Amino acid sequence: MSISSTAHPGLYTAALRAAFAKLHPRALMGNAVIFVTAVTAGLTSVLALRDLAIGAPGWGATLQVAFWLWVCVLFANFAEALAEGRGKARADSLRATKAETMVRLLAREDDPAPKSVPSSALRAGQLVRVEAGDLIPTDAEVIRGVASVDESAITGESAPVIRESGGDRCSVTGGTRIVSDSLILKITAEPGKSFLDRMIALVEGAERQKTPNEIALNILLAGLTLIFLFVVVTLAPFARYSGIAIPVVTLAALFVTLIPTTIGGLLSAIGIAGMDRLVRANVIAKSGRAVEAAGDVDTLLLDKTGTITFGNRMAEAFHPARGVIETQLVRAAWLASLSDATPEGKSIVDLARRLIPALTGETAAPGEPVAFSAQTRLSGVDLPGRQLRKGAVDAVQRFVGRSADPALRAKIDEIARSGGTPLLVAQDDVILGAIHLKDVIKPGVRERFAELRAMGIRTVMITGDNPLTAAAIAAEAGVDDFLAEATPEMKLDYIRREQAGGRLVAMCGDGSNDAPALAQADVGVAMNSGTPAAKEAANLIDLDSDPTKLIEVVMVGKQLLISRGALTTFSIANDVAKYFAILPAIFVAAFPGLGVLNVMGLASPQSALLSAVIFNALIIVALIPLALRGVKYQPSSAAALLRRNLSIYGLGGLIVPFIGIKAIDMAVTALGLA
Amino acid sequence: MHDLLGYFLFCAVLTAGGWALAGLMTRVYAAERTPLSPVFGPLERGFYRLAGIRADVSQGWKAYALAVLVFNLTGFVALYAILRLQGALPMNPDRIAGMPADLAFNTAISFVTNTNWQASSGEAQLSYLAQMAGLTVQNFVSAATGMAVGIAVIRGFTGERGAGLGNFWADMTRSVLYVLLPLSVVVALVLAVQGVPQTLLGAVHATTVEGADQVIARGPAAAQIAIKQLGTNGGGFFGVNSAHPFENPTVLSNMVQCLSILLIPVAFCFVFGRMAQDRRQGWAIFAAMGAMFVLGLVVIWWGETGGNAALGLGTNMEGKEQRFGAGLSALWAAATTAASNGSVNAMHDSFMPLSGLVEMVNMMIGEVVFGGVGAGLYGMLLYVVLAVFLAGLMVGRTPEYLGRKIEAREVTLAMLAFLSMPLGILAGGAISATVPAALASVQEAGPHGLSEILYAYSSAVGNNGSAFGGFGAATPWQTTALGLLMLLGRYAIIVPMLAIAGSLAAKKRAAVTSGTFPTHGPLFVTLLILTVAILGALTFFPVLALGPIAEQTALAAGQSF
Repeated sequence: MSISSTAHPGLYTAALRAAFAKLHPRALMGNAVIFVTAVTAGLTSVLALRDLAIGAPGWGATLQVAFWLWVCVLFANFAEALAEGRGKARADSLRATKAETMVRLLAREDDPAPKSVPSSALRAGQLVRVEAGDLIPTDAEVIRGVASVDESAITGESAPVIRESGGDRCSVTGGTRIVSDSLILKITAEPGKSFLDRMIALVEGAERQKTPNEIALNILLAGLTLIFLFVVVTLAPFARYSGIAIPVVTLAALFVTLIPTTIGGLLSAIGIAGMDRLVRANVIAKSGRAVEAAGDVDTLLLDKTGTITFGNRMAEAFHPARGVIETQLVRAAWLASLSDATPEGKSIVDLARRLIPALTGETAAPGEPVAFSAQTRLSGVDLPGRQLRKGAVDAVQRFVGRSADPALRAKIDEIARSGGTPLLVAQDDVILGAIHLKDVIKPGVRERFAELRAMGIRTVMITGDNPLTAAAIAAEAGVDDFLAEATPEMKLDYIRREQAGGRLVAMCGDGSNDAPALAQADVGVAMNSGTPAAKEAANLIDLDSDPTKLIEVVMVGKQLLISRGALTTFSIANDVAKYFAILPAIFVAAFPGLGVLNVMGLASPQSALLSAVIFNALIIVALIPLALRGVKYQPSSAAALLRRNLSIYGLGGLIVPFIGIKAIDMAVTALGLA
Repeated sequence: MHDLLGYFLFCAVLTAGGWALAGLMTRVYAAERTPLSPVFGPLERGFYRLAGIRADVSQGWKAYALAVLVFNLTGFVALYAILRLQGALPMNPDRIAGMPADLAFNTAISFVTNTNWQASSGEAQLSYLAQMAGLTVQNFVSAATGMAVGIAVIRGFTGERGAGLGNFWADMTRSVLYVLLPLSVVVALVLAVQGVPQTLLGAVHATTVEGADQVIARGPAAAQIAIKQLGTNGGGFFGVNSAHPFENPTVLSNMVQCLSILLIPVAFCFVFGRMAQDRRQGWAIFAAMGAMFVLGLVVIWWGETGGNAALGLGTNMEGKEQRFGAGLSALWAAATTAASNGSVNAMHDSFMPLSGLVEMVNMMIGEVVFGGVGAGLYGMLLYVVLAVFLAGLMVGRTPEYLGRKIEAREVTLAMLAFLSMPLGILAGGAISATVPAALASVQEAGPHGLSEILYAYSSAVGNNGSAFGGFGAATPWQTTALGLLMLLGRYAIIVPMLAIAGSLAAKKRAAVTSGTFPTHGPLFVTLLILTVAILGALTFFPVLALGPIAEQTALAAGQSF
C-alpha cells in the first residue's frame, strides 16, 4: 500500500494534463490569487493579440509577458495537481481492495441459512458471517468468534492480527481479509461511509476542506491582492500626472509580480501534501483541523506499554539464594527457559548467555520441557533426575514447599519496590534464587522526550502500575509527569485540568472506556485495532495501532504549519526585489535619476519587466518540491525555529529574487528576447 | 551642543518620562488610587452621577465602539454649529464671521478625529469662543477618545477572558482628568513663562518703525498649545503653527513641546507591557517604534544639515526659523509626523525631498511610530497581528499573541483595517492628481507637486494634520475629500481594532511554553519593523518613487522643481 515518495514519470504527465484542465474558471475560482492572475493573463493576451493584429510596436514583448503570466497560472495548477496525483495513485490501490463480493447475510446470530447478497448492499446493523479466505466487506464489529485477519491492505503490516468478540480487539475494517476460522460481524458503516471510503476520499483530496489556518491565510492573501490592486490601478493616474504613460501590460506585469502568487500557487499543494504525509504514516485524519491542532499540542498523554516501554518485561539480573553460586542459578534459569518462547523467557536466555558466554550455541534443552499452565503458574524442564522450575514467587514457594531465605526475601521486596517483577528459580525442593524482570524503556525514548520538551511539549505517562513502580519508570524514561493506576475517569480529569490551564492535549487510546477521554482531548488518536466507540470518539485513527505514532502526528502537524508560514514569508519578502526591478524600468525614461533604483543593473526596461515576470513564474515550480516535501523540521524551541526559518525564508526571500532576476535578465538579454 | 548629542538626551528624557507616566496611567485606567485622586476623585464621581454613567460596567466591543461613535458624532455636530455660528456668538472681540459650510465640515471632522488638519488660519477665521469651547474642548476629548480606545484594545489583548473592554465613558473621563489636564497645566505654565501669551484680550494694533499699521494677533494661546502637543492634536492657535514666535518662542519651549508630542504615545507602549503583566512585551513595541523613529530622525537631520547640492548651500535653512536651526527643525519634523501630531515649526514643503519622504512614510504606514495618543499603539498592534500571523506559522503552531490565537476572524478584521491606508491615500491621491478641481490646489510642478498631494492625503488619512505647505487645502473639493478621508483613517481602524480586541478577549489564553512564539526580544522587534516596512511602506513605494524619490534623484543631478 505504501507508495514511494519519488513519483513515477506518469504522475508528472498526468499532473501536467490536470494543470490545463484546472484552467476552467470554476476550478480557478477557489484560489483568489491564482484566479486574479489568470484574469490578468487573459487581459494581457487580448492586448497582445490586438497589438499583433494591428502590428503595433512591442507586440512581441506583450506576447511574452502574457505567455509567462499563463505559465505562472499553469505552474500553480501543476503544483496542486501533482500533490493530488500522489494521493490519487494511492487511492487507486486502495480502491482495488474494495472489490464487490457476495457475502452471507444472517437474519439473526444463529441463522442456519444465510442469504447471499452483494457487499455494496450492506447497511449498518446487519449481521454477516465471514470465513477463512473471505474479504471483510466493510467496517464491522465482531460479535462472535476468534479469527486471524490479514490487514496488510490497509496497514501494510503483513503479519495477521487476532480479532475477537468482546474486549478491545473487536473491530474489523473493510478491505482486510480473514485468514483463519470464521467470524460473525455486525456492520457498523453505511455504504460509502466506511473507513476505506473515507481514506480514499482523503488521499484523493476530494473531501479536503480548508483548515482554519489555511482559511485565515487565504483571507490575508486576498487582502494583500486587493491592496496591490489599489497600488497598480492608482499608479496610472499618478504617472499621468508626472507625464508618464504606463502601458497596460506593464501594469499587469507589476500587479502579478507583486501579489503573493508564490504562496497562493502552492498553498493547496502544501495542504494536500501534509495530509498525504499523514496517510503515508498510516494515520487517517477525520478532519484537517485535527492535523493543525496536532501542531498546537502542549501535552501528550502516552500509554506506558508499547510507547515508553516494550510491552514485555526483560530479565535484568540474577540474585542467588544463600549457599547457591551464581553460575548454578544462571545455568538453571537458562535451562528452564530454553523452551520458553515468551519474550520474558527469551530475555532470560539472552541474559544468561551474556553472563556465561559458554552457554552460546545450545538452543534446545535436553529433557522434557514443562510448559506454563494457568494451574501451576510455572514453567521449566524435567531433566533426568531433576526438575527445574521458574515462576512467580508464591508459585515456586508452593512447588518447593518452603519459603525463600530472609536475604533473598529482602531482595525480592527490593525488586518489587523498584518497579520490577521478581521470579524464583527452583531445582526440585531447593530455591536457587531470583530473577529480576524489569520493564525496559525503549531505546531513544528519553531523547525523544527531551526533544519534545525543547519544543514546549509536556509528556505524561499513563499506566496501570502502582505509583511506586510508575515513578521509577517515569524517572527512567524522562517523562514530565505520570498518572499511576490510571482509570478512564482519571484520564478524563487530567485532560480537563490541562485544558483549563490553557493547554491543548493529545492522547491515544483503544478501549471503549477510552472514548470519553479521546473525545475530550484536542487531538485523540484511536488505534485501528480498537473498539468502534474509541474510533468514533477520536479525530485521528492510526492504522498501525502503534501508540508511538502520536509523536509523529504532532511532527506532521507542525511541519504543515511551518511549510505554510515559511513560503508565505518568502513570497512576501520577494516583493522588495520586484519593486526594484520594475519601478525603475517604468519611470527611468521620465526621471533618469530614478536609474539609481536599478540596483541590479538590469539591461533594459523591457528585459527588467520580462525577467521579473519570468522569475515570478519559475519560483513557483522551483518551490514545488519543497511544498510537497515540507520544510525541514528539527525539533527545537519556538525561538530557535523562528530564528532559523526567518533567516532562511525571510532573509532568503529578500535576497534570492535579486539574484534570480539578475540571472534571468542576463539570459533574456543574451537570447535577445528583450 | 551637537545635534546628535541633543537628540540622544531628548530620547533619554522622553523614555524616562514615558516610563514614569506609564505607571500612573496604568493605575488610572485600573481605577486605582493615584496622588491626584483627592483632587479629581470627587469631580469624577460627580460627573458620572450627573451624566448617569455607571463607570464600573465593562462594555463589549460593540457597545464600546458605539459609545465612541456616538460621542464623536455629538462632538462633530456641536463643533460644526459653533464654527458656523461664531459670528453671532459671544467672545468674538475681532468680529470674525461664521465659517463657510465646507470649511466648517472639514475643520470639525479634523478636530474630532484628532487630526487637526487646518484648512483655515486660526487667528483670522476663529473666534475666541470657537478656539476655546470648540477646538480646545475637542483637543482634549478627541485625544481622550484615542487614549480610551487604546486602553480598550490593550484590555482586549491582555485582559482576563470575558472581562470586556472596559467602560468608554470612564476611560474617556479619566484620560482627561488624570492625564491630559494635569500635564497640560504644567506644560502651559512652562510655556507662559517662556513667553507664550495667555489672554482673552483682542489683537494688539501697533505702528511699526516705518509707520505702517500692524495687527498683532494674540489670545489664550498657552493653554491650547499645551494640549495641542500632549494630545497629538497639532492644530495651532496661529496659522503658521509652532513656527510662530508666540506659539514657540524659545529653544526651551521647543524642546518641551517636542517632548509633549511624544510623551503619551511613548507611555502607551509601557502601559501595554504593564497591563500584559509582561513588561518585555511593552519594551518590544517601544523598541520597534523607537528604532524607526531614530532612523527617520537621522535621515531628516542628515538631509537638512547636509545641504542642497543644487543650490550649493551648506545647510538647508529655507522655511526654517533661525532660533531653531536645522537640527531642532529636523527633530520637530520627525516627532510631529511620527506621532500623528501635525504641528510644525518649519515649512516641510521646503525640506529636502528625502526628508519629505521620511515624513510621508511616517504617516503612510498609519502613524505607528509612536503615533497618536492611544492610536499609535492600536495601530501598531494591527501590524503585530499581521506579523505574528505571517511568521507565527513558522514555529509550527497556530499563531498566537499573548496566548491568544490569531485566527480567520482576526485576520479578516486586520486586513479590513489595514486596507484603509492604501485605499484612502492612493485612491484619494490618484483622484486628486487627475481631477482639475483638485489639481488647482497644487502649487508646484513635477514631482514636488505630487509630493504636495501625497503629503496632504497621507496627513489626512493618517490623522496627522501637518501640512506640506504650498498645497491649497481650502477649496471645496479638498475640504470635502480630505474631511471624508479623515473619517476613514480614524474610524475604519478604530472599529475593526475594537472588534479584534473583543474577539481576542473572548478567547481562552494558551499557556506559555518553550513552543510559544516569542513576541519580545530583538528577533521579534526586527520582524515587526520589517512587517511595517514591507506591508506598510512598500505599498507606497511606486508613488513615492514618482514624488520625493524622483525629486531627490533629480536634485542630485542638479535639477529642482
